[in-house]
Amino acid sequence: MNMDTDKKLKVSAIKDGTVIDRIPPQSLFKVIEILGLDQTGHQITFGTNLESKHLGKKAIIKIADSFFEDEDVNRIALIAPDAKFNVIRNYEVVEKRQVEIPDQIRGIARCVNPKCITNHQNVETRFTTKKERGGISLVCHYCEKLTNAKSLQIITKSSAYTTDF
Amino acid sequence: MPKSLISIHDLAKEEMLHILDLAAQFEQNPASSLLNDKVIATIFFEPSTRTRLSFETAANRLGARVIGFSETGSTSVTKGESLKDTIKMVSHYADLIVIRHPLDGSARYASEVSSVPIVNAGDGTNQHPSQTLLDMYSILKTQQSLDGLQLTMVGDLKYGRTVHSLLQAMALFDTRFIFVAPPELAMPSEYKQFLHHRNLIFKESRDLLPHIPDTDILYMTRVQAERFQDPMEYEKVKNVYALTASMLQPCKPNLKILHPLPRVNEIATDVDDTPQAYYFEQARNGVYTRMAIIAFLLGLK
Ligand SMILES: [Zn+2]
Repeated sequence: MNMDTDKKLKVSAIKDGTVIDRIPPQSLFKVIEILGLDQTGHQITFGTNLESKHLGKKAIIKIADSFFEDEDVNRIALIAPDAKFNVIRNYEVVEKRQVEIPDQIRGIARCVNPKCITNHQNVETRFTTKKERGGISLVCHYCEKLTNAKSLQIITKSSAYTTDF
Repeated sequence: MPKSLISIHDLAKEEMLHILDLAAQFEQNPASSLLNDKVIATIFFEPSTRTRLSFETAANRLGARVIGFSETGSTSVTKGESLKDTIKMVSHYADLIVIRHPLDGSARYASEVSSVPIVNAGDGTNQHPSQTLLDMYSILKTQQSLDGLQLTMVGDLKYGRTVHSLLQAMALFDTRFIFVAPPELAMPSEYKQFLHHRNLIFKESRDLLPHIPDTDILYMTRVQAERFQDPMEYEKVKNVYALTASMLQPCKPNLKILHPLPRVNEIATDVDDTPQAYYFEQARNGVYTRMAIIAFLLGLK
């Protein structure tokens, strides 16, 4: 892909901010949710089902005047492992950051095991990540069961757990 | 955080061997006053009489006082008290807590909010490390070594928590595994991969009889009806692996039969009188092993 046209295409709308590229289209709204973009007051534009050499189809998000910590960048690793964060200053890409899969994940994903303590009491989920052929899977710190990419569910604030016991 | 025993993975090989060595010492000398100023709590959120009696016997033999409950009917848990609050309270009363809870991962969470050591006596379908250690103690005691043995596991290898934990613990030693199960209850691939990564030999089989002559430890498990979608399937397989005394000819002289108990019909009563039957002694070994676990976690041995 030609770098100059590529840059213009995605970036022209933002003076300062972040462009998140190479998001799988089905993960777009989850990325928005995990990064808390549904709560932001900054200007956001996004596009989805765009052509991509890497993914076939992709989504991108442009967020004006917002910059992300490494921790935020890696929070979306589970659902958008190929995502790139382009940092824009004065219409120029000044930095490109690749998502890295963290060794430990806390509080983002739900454990797939319905009998896990984290699905019944107010316990923050905790996983170690495991790279496998089909993507990333998570080993629950509590119940030791495996949650794979297919059954991955992201926790929203309203659905954190149900109380019984 | 105090040292707890939640999962068999928490123990290094040396620590396991140390606990087994302590168990042997307690068996030599089962009356002890090591814990006569201590209180042990056994809190059972679901009933398991066998496990609770074993732990309470162990605590009593160490000279400790025991408090606790054996089911949640008459406790504040039924009023909606969280596990965290129960553990916080009990950890102010007791020097060590033995917990059994129906939810997977509950014991790990308990260990994170407790100020005293926690022993997991079964968290749902997840872990039950004292069972694994008493199995290992029984193997060591009857075979004089944990290395170079053929361990034949029979029955429900898919859902059986005890066989999975024992497999992982025995994988630290030079063990040959034979898995005898119907296809519906076969050993899950993650455990076979685990052995594969450790270059350990295993074989899967639908027939038990051909493997008996080479087996050192025959580990029988219960095939439970509720594991089957189709009740007809259960009827078909429930007696396939029922062991009878006549099946034990020929066998190695050191062969011992283990079973986590209670049994249903997977071991015929005529096996009980053979020199190979070891499951009742295995249960007694549980008391020495649990004495060792408690003493180890409290740093007294
Ligand atoms: Zn879990």
